[in-house]
Amino acid sequence: MTTRSSPLLSAARYLALALYLGFALFPLYWLLKIALTPDQLIYTEGTRMLPTLTTLENFRTVVFQTPFLSYFRNSLVVSLGTAAVTTLIAAGAGYAFSRFRFRGKKLIIGLMLVTQMFPLLMIIAPIYKMVAALGMLNSLTSLIIVYTAFNIPFATFLMQSFFDGIPRDLEEAAMMDGCTRFQALRKVVFPLTLPGLGATLGFVFTAAWSELLFALMLINSNETMTFPVGLLTFVSKFSVDWGQMMAAGVLALIPSCIFFIFIQRYLVQGLTSGAVKG
Amino acid sequence: MNVRTPTTVAPGETRARSPLYWRYAVEPFVYLSPAVILITLVMLVPLVVGISYSFQSIAILNPLKTGWVGFDNYAALWSDGKFWTALGNTLWWTVASVTLQFGLGLGLALLLNRHFHFRRIVQALVFLPWAVPTFLSALTWAWLFNPVIGPIPHWLAALGILAEPENILGDPDLAMWGPIAANVWFGIPFFAITLLAALQSIPGDLYEAAEMDGASAWQCFTKITLPFLAPMIAITVMLRTIWIANFADLIFVMTGGGPANATQILSSYVFTTAFRKLDFGYASAIAVALLGLLLVYAAILLKIRQKFVKI
Repeated sequence: MTTRSSPLLSAARYLALALYLGFALFPLYWLLKIALTPDQLIYTEGTRMLPTLTTLENFRTVVFQTPFLSYFRNSLVVSLGTAAVTTLIAAGAGYAFSRFRFRGKKLIIGLMLVTQMFPLLMIIAPIYKMVAALGMLNSLTSLIIVYTAFNIPFATFLMQSFFDGIPRDLEEAAMMDGCTRFQALRKVVFPLTLPGLGATLGFVFTAAWSELLFALMLINSNETMTFPVGLLTFVSKFSVDWGQMMAAGVLALIPSCIFFIFIQRYLVQGLTSGAVKG
Repeated sequence: MNVRTPTTVAPGETRARSPLYWRYAVEPFVYLSPAVILITLVMLVPLVVGISYSFQSIAILNPLKTGWVGFDNYAALWSDGKFWTALGNTLWWTVASVTLQFGLGLGLALLLNRHFHFRRIVQALVFLPWAVPTFLSALTWAWLFNPVIGPIPHWLAALGILAEPENILGDPDLAMWGPIAANVWFGIPFFAITLLAALQSIPGDLYEAAEMDGASAWQCFTKITLPFLAPMIAITVMLRTIWIANFADLIFVMTGGGPANATQILSSYVFTTAFRKLDFGYASAIAVALLGLLLVYAAILLKIRQKFVKI
């Protein structure tokens, strides 16, 4: 859409974008500021926009003197695993909802909605018992399975709406030409849903990246601890090491940012291809 | 040697029937079964177990009284003033958060759905809050609202909104705005991303045709954009409402439900009951009540959706 627009309107647009940017980034700036401020200045310079002194000491401590790198690796494994498995399963389910009419469809959709409607706290005790009975406490696999189940309903609805947006004629034409439905799905529909798959991957990844409650309950060995649980270790009973905690937080943002920048390409793809035509 | 010839089914018959049967009864489940199996095992079965807790007394601090108690927990709930306060707070928290997130998210999606310089980088940056772990965003916002270590109270005082730079998280009348602000910050990208993706799937020629017919920008928006977005809006608003009603993390870290229960919502009340008072039976009853309310809400919304969306 490249419509003619008055300079005033586009100025207003840029202003609005600047406000959004400020709102989105200011808390993150504050996080970074605290992480860079030396301990003794955190309170005395609490409300200064720019600290008079900055230090990388907090980062150094976090990376070299705490098991943070291992928390990171665990979180990365869990989040990537969850995102990949969830997206794959949800794409199948979303496709079924979008393209088929079958018995039990309403029931299944209804049950999927129900899974979103109660505090997950409610099922934490039963899940703990199940995982313990299977001897899978402290394993990253159990976290991936649990997170995948939690994220499937939303991911499925999301994928369904993306499939709904793709005309059926496309795959029907391919099926006329002798493709099976699965081939049509893979060769015709799949490339068109790349933005949808990208968005789904991104959502699931970040959800898994920041989940705390179940990671806290199902994992208590240091080797398989994920990052959010590790972050909690900075809140000890006697003192909270804010600088280190914020430094760890800043580091934790890096994978999410990289992941987001990566899926940008797919989110943007639809727009650019449309613009070339228009 | 001629063993493989006898087949049990007449070939003509199956060939006529099987594609239909395959299409309507089996094929959808090939795509669906992994999702269904996983959800059933990990969520629905535990849910049933969880609901059964609400009919039992499972207070760890009172081990002599364990066992089935029928509707006792629910009767206690009915006469529990804190429950009704939390219900009111849940409503306020959910409506305010969803409205602001949706409005601002839609605005952002529309702004991003056109070309300008540095679009990619701007988009990556405004979406960033979604990637911040909840626990961390709650702490950051708690800092921002603290007059000793955060700037917001001073800004609000300078604007005349607050008489003096106090911590709004400590003021029962204003405390809820703290978690709401954090939640809006965190949730705008959700709506912006999903709506932007939906916007991008609207065929561009529709706008060209409308423009040739002399449609104004507002007409394009209400006649093309909104109807195309409607299915996505319906599903995201509904899910988001439900999530936010259940979303206690921000509140729990920022205010712990205080001051004086001013920010206690139902799901944070579930948390305090389960992990502070260790009363799992009563906590389950609160959660079931919340589940019931959300089911009613979803049923109403789905009815409305059926009227407007033709899926």
